[in-house]
Amino acid sequence: MARATTIRQKTITTIIAWTVAMVIFFPILWIVVLSFKSEGDAISTPMRVLTSAWTFDSYAVVQDRSDYFKHFFNSVIVAVGSTLLGILVAVPAAWSMAFVPSQRTRGILMWMLSTKMLPAVGVLYPIYLLFIELGLLDSRTGLVIVLMLINLPIIVWMLYTYFREIPAEILEAARMDGAGMRAELLYVLTPMAIPGIASTMLLNIILAWNEAFWTLNLTAAKAAPLTAFIASYSSPEGLFYAKLSAASVMAIAPILVMGWFSQKQLVRGLTFGAVK
Amino acid sequence: MHFRKLVCTAAAATLMASGVAYAETLTIATVNNGDMIRMQGLTDDFTAKTGHKVEWVTLEENVLRQRVTTDITTKGGAFDIMTIGMYETPIWGKNGWLVPLDDLSADYNVGDILPAMAGGLSHDGTLYAAPFYGESSMIMYRTDLMAKAGLEMPAAPSWSFIAKAAREMTDRDNDINGICLRGKAGWGEGGAFITAMSNSFGARWFDENWNAQFDTREWSDTLNFYLNMMNDAGPAGFATNGFNENLSLFQQGKCGMWIDATVAASFVTNPKDSTVADKVGFALAPDNGMGVRSNWLWAWALAIPAGTQKEAAAKQFIEWATSNGYIELVASKEGWANVPPGARTSLYENANYKDIPFAKMTLESILSADPNNSTVDPSPYVGIQFAAIPEFAGIATEVSQEFSAAYAGQQSVEEALAKAQALTNDAMEAAGYR
Repeated sequence: MARATTIRQKTITTIIAWTVAMVIFFPILWIVVLSFKSEGDAISTPMRVLTSAWTFDSYAVVQDRSDYFKHFFNSVIVAVGSTLLGILVAVPAAWSMAFVPSQRTRGILMWMLSTKMLPAVGVLYPIYLLFIELGLLDSRTGLVIVLMLINLPIIVWMLYTYFREIPAEILEAARMDGAGMRAELLYVLTPMAIPGIASTMLLNIILAWNEAFWTLNLTAAKAAPLTAFIASYSSPEGLFYAKLSAASVMAIAPILVMGWFSQKQLVRGLTFGAVK
Repeated sequence: MHFRKLVCTAAAATLMASGVAYAETLTIATVNNGDMIRMQGLTDDFTAKTGHKVEWVTLEENVLRQRVTTDITTKGGAFDIMTIGMYETPIWGKNGWLVPLDDLSADYNVGDILPAMAGGLSHDGTLYAAPFYGESSMIMYRTDLMAKAGLEMPAAPSWSFIAKAAREMTDRDNDINGICLRGKAGWGEGGAFITAMSNSFGARWFDENWNAQFDTREWSDTLNFYLNMMNDAGPAGFATNGFNENLSLFQQGKCGMWIDATVAASFVTNPKDSTVADKVGFALAPDNGMGVRSNWLWAWALAIPAGTQKEAAAKQFIEWATSNGYIELVASKEGWANVPPGARTSLYENANYKDIPFAKMTLESILSADPNNSTVDPSPYVGIQFAAIPEFAGIATEVSQEFSAAYAGQQSVEEALAKAQALTNDAMEAAGYR
């Protein structure tokens, strides 16, 4: 009886999980389908969309009109650059919070996280003026710095959660053996925390890759990443659904593939410390 | 020896300097629509003629508006040329943010620009942006469905005729809606349509003292007329339909009539995309017998932000892109139906262009729109589907959200108008107008 209940529960859970997964995945699937249709077919009824001819025309037009590889290269530089810089800043910060906490550590962590709740547009003008002064407008360097700063709270939080799982005694032992702070961080803590650092980096790369507010507002022609590439095919006056879909598929494909191969690490990183 | 070295160095430096000054790279911000994309494909012609290169930043209309506004108000200098509309040009020109286009070459022939366009892109008589293409709005209708309904479309119909025809043409069993109109929230979407429509009902946004006028009978008449007609003859979910959604419906043969931008005429008559390409007629946007029609006026124009280091090259580009020569270049490569319309008088005198079925009605629509006298009663603002004040975009977006909620049945027309009245007066008071 108990076994029958378990199978029924499992079946229901599986069906619900698949349904939720399909609902989440459907928009991506539909974008892929539309990207292989003509503009005329892309706006027709769903049945006609599925039964009409398939074509690579939209991909050809997008490739011809826009420099995909320039945007792709900018996305890679910005996503990877901001992540590496973020890790460099966040590892010492998370170490101090995890192993040398003060009375205000919790408060500081909460404050850092609260900055993520501030609407980005609220600081657009100050940041824009700073970029003009520093000559960073439409530069990859500027984007790397900004994306590092906006994702820093998440990186610190994730690393902090991960570091807290590492026994402090190991670091104490290293100190007793004469390790300085640099050696402790580089040769003791970091190797033990590599899985956590890796999953944090993966998540941050995805966040930086998909970031659209700052990448659109702080770039023009030179440093524009793939978010700007997609935005150039959106229009309220004219039908560009097939081309927009093709551009979207080209923009999300690299990160989708990366996410697919690293999903285990991602899930582990996101759920670490969640169950105690 | 030293002297020769000095002379050679000076000569090299001069050559390099003149070379740099000559071959500029211009960064141009623009919108993603057919005419602009076509221009991007033809910029090799400009480069061949001048040596200047062009880098394009193409963005969706609202994103572009935010992006260029940020840049111009902070003097960021990210762009050498911006694509802006009739709403921004007089405001930015007045603020000194744009380079006046008062020294364009004689060959360019400024006098050939349609007066309505030149007027809307000027401040105090000075042109601040050159129109790349202009548009008004007009009725596009299915000639076969109109004939089937036993009606004949007048060249200048009234709203009562349109409502009658819409109801007659509606055939729910065959998925045909008598009329498709914008209802989507947004000042440039449903907001633009209902504002232009309200003008023909005698409504206005503000009285001479900048008091909101949504508590008037004229606004109530406009919204109730629109809502009743759309409920009887409009498509399902019209409250979220904008230009693209209605274009799609019309091209699939699901609309008897569509009142929208004149540039749509080339889309609905293109047999490649439209299933009803050979059954489309055109008429002026309707009126209500009050002397003002419900058509709008808009132009996408090229302007130079003050402070650019490449002003001379930017002016060269603007002269190239908005000239008769460019129109002829497009015609030679893609046919006369695809030239940018609504900017130059000479285009409508061109024998080749007169054969285009929608050319005459487009010109008549543009000529019948007057941004300086857009309302029946006097108003303190310039503009037809907008009021050319900086606060308008924000206020009108909120007002159109209230209207769309009424279209969707989430609130009554009276509630929507009361909210619009309150929020508009609050915003105008905060901005110091009242």
